[in-house]
Amino acid sequence: MEALMDGLLSNVDWSEIGLASWDTLIMVGMSLLFSVLIGLPIGVLLFLTGKRQLLEQPAAYAVLSFVVNVLRSVPFIILLIVMIPFTVMLIGTSLGVAGAIPPLVAGGAPFFARLVETSLREVDRGIIEATQAMGASVKQIVFGALLPEALPGIIAGITVTAITLVSYAAMSGVIGGGGLGDLAIRFGYQRFQTDVMVITVALLVIFVQVLQMLGDRLVLHFSRK
Amino acid sequence: MAAEWAIIAGFNRCTHKALTVIVFDQVQKSYQVDGRAIPALHPTDMTIETGEVFGIVGHSGAGKSTLVRLINLLEPPSGGRILIDDENITDYSASELRAFRRKVGMIFQHFNLLSSKTVADNIAFPMKLAGIYSKAEIRDRVQELLARVSLSDHANKYPSQLSGGQKQRVGIARALACRPTILLCDEATSALDPQTTQSVLRLLADINRELGLTIVLITHEMDVVRRVCDRVAVMDAGRVVEMGPVSEVFLHPQHPTTRDFVFESESIDSEEMQEDLQKAKGRIMRLTFKGDATYKPLLGSVARESGVDFSILSGRIDHIKDTPYGQLTLSLVGGDLDVAMSALKAADVHVEVLR
Repeated sequence: MEALMDGLLSNVDWSEIGLASWDTLIMVGMSLLFSVLIGLPIGVLLFLTGKRQLLEQPAAYAVLSFVVNVLRSVPFIILLIVMIPFTVMLIGTSLGVAGAIPPLVAGGAPFFARLVETSLREVDRGIIEATQAMGASVKQIVFGALLPEALPGIIAGITVTAITLVSYAAMSGVIGGGGLGDLAIRFGYQRFQTDVMVITVALLVIFVQVLQMLGDRLVLHFSRK
Repeated sequence: MAAEWAIIAGFNRCTHKALTVIVFDQVQKSYQVDGRAIPALHPTDMTIETGEVFGIVGHSGAGKSTLVRLINLLEPPSGGRILIDDENITDYSASELRAFRRKVGMIFQHFNLLSSKTVADNIAFPMKLAGIYSKAEIRDRVQELLARVSLSDHANKYPSQLSGGQKQRVGIARALACRPTILLCDEATSALDPQTTQSVLRLLADINRELGLTIVLITHEMDVVRRVCDRVAVMDAGRVVEMGPVSEVFLHPQHPTTRDFVFESESIDSEEMQEDLQKAKGRIMRLTFKGDATYKPLLGSVARESGVDFSILSGRIDHIKDTPYGQLTLSLVGGDLDVAMSALKAADVHVEVLR
């Protein structure tokens, strides 16, 4: 059995796989963290400045919305390359795990911001009105009513963003980003090591499955409807 | 300076001043749609007295929703002044407005409870927002309010686990949390079944009586007005077309819209009634009894004295808030009509000759 495994997976260096998996985990984790930290306030602002909302501000909304759209409409593979000078400026290198994080955040944050905006829009207007009628300030409405009410939607948004970041992180292998994608491209593609390809893809599938399950659990836990 | 003091005194926590006259002075509201101003409320004068239950009745789109939202400035007026205790609330700064809103509770047709908070947390929410209550104060007040609306056993449930009537009672408890002096009810019973409606209305009437709270209630059901309101304004197409004590408006409606509402609530088909009247013989009169007159054996004695025979074409004996009333449409034949009329008038019966 062992011999068979060795024969079939002769090219697979398990310590390399382990390291790459860890790198992917770090890339996705870090970029998710920053995507949420940056995307959440942008999403809230998009919502508040939107039409017929609490801080209706057509000009601010147009600008914000335009920036988000631009970042979202650039294919990620292009964004990776476009971001290189900026990444070097920001953290000194565009390579490796660290070098992949800024472009991942640039792709993830606007994506998440839109998801936040959408889930806030789904909060019943009546709840906002009731909170306003209690004498709440805009800040109190956002933190006391809007975000708690939209929490299940926001968690679902974090899940979707995380999964998108897994595929983005794999893509960053193209510019030397490290992680499972890097492994798949260098060994699986460039050296025709099909077994490495299969293993990395399988690991990515498992990774995504676990994320989705975790996200669904959390959404269920926070849903009171 | 004096004005500032009044605000501090008036909205300081728990100073329960039952002094809340709401005055509308030429208040109007219009919305801008495609650059054109669409009037939602034509210039309106109105006074709502302290401690009364004031009903606003109208069809959807009549402007009643706008009217009630003007009182706590959820809708800013396009013109006119809104005075509450002689203070023009349209002049308030943002923070003054927030302080003022804490003294005005509001309940809604669809309850608008936060689904992410428990019943107890929903009730505590306005107190937490106010930021002037200690944790112990909030806890005690929530317990007290839960008991008041008979939901003590449901403190830790989420709104989705409650029935419609229970949700509205949470809404009422929440609205009362900061001890408001005004309670606004926006179609508060429209989403409830008749039985639940009754229990919610009874609760509102109790609150009005016990706390001396001024209640402004909008509804499209005249029956709700009849049960709890002291005075009523009838709205049609952005105008108040009739206003007065409920018994007056209800028993002697003047405006066609008011008549529609009254007929609707008594399930009277006005065409059918006209046909019935045409078939009847003699004079047709509508008698309205109020209060004690309702229970007196009047008709029999009047008939005997005047020799007039009568038959009842339609009638209703019921209550307006706590006052019993009766309204009968009779056809009268023979005898001395004048004697009958004066005997009825002497007994405080309102007589209307229909034919």
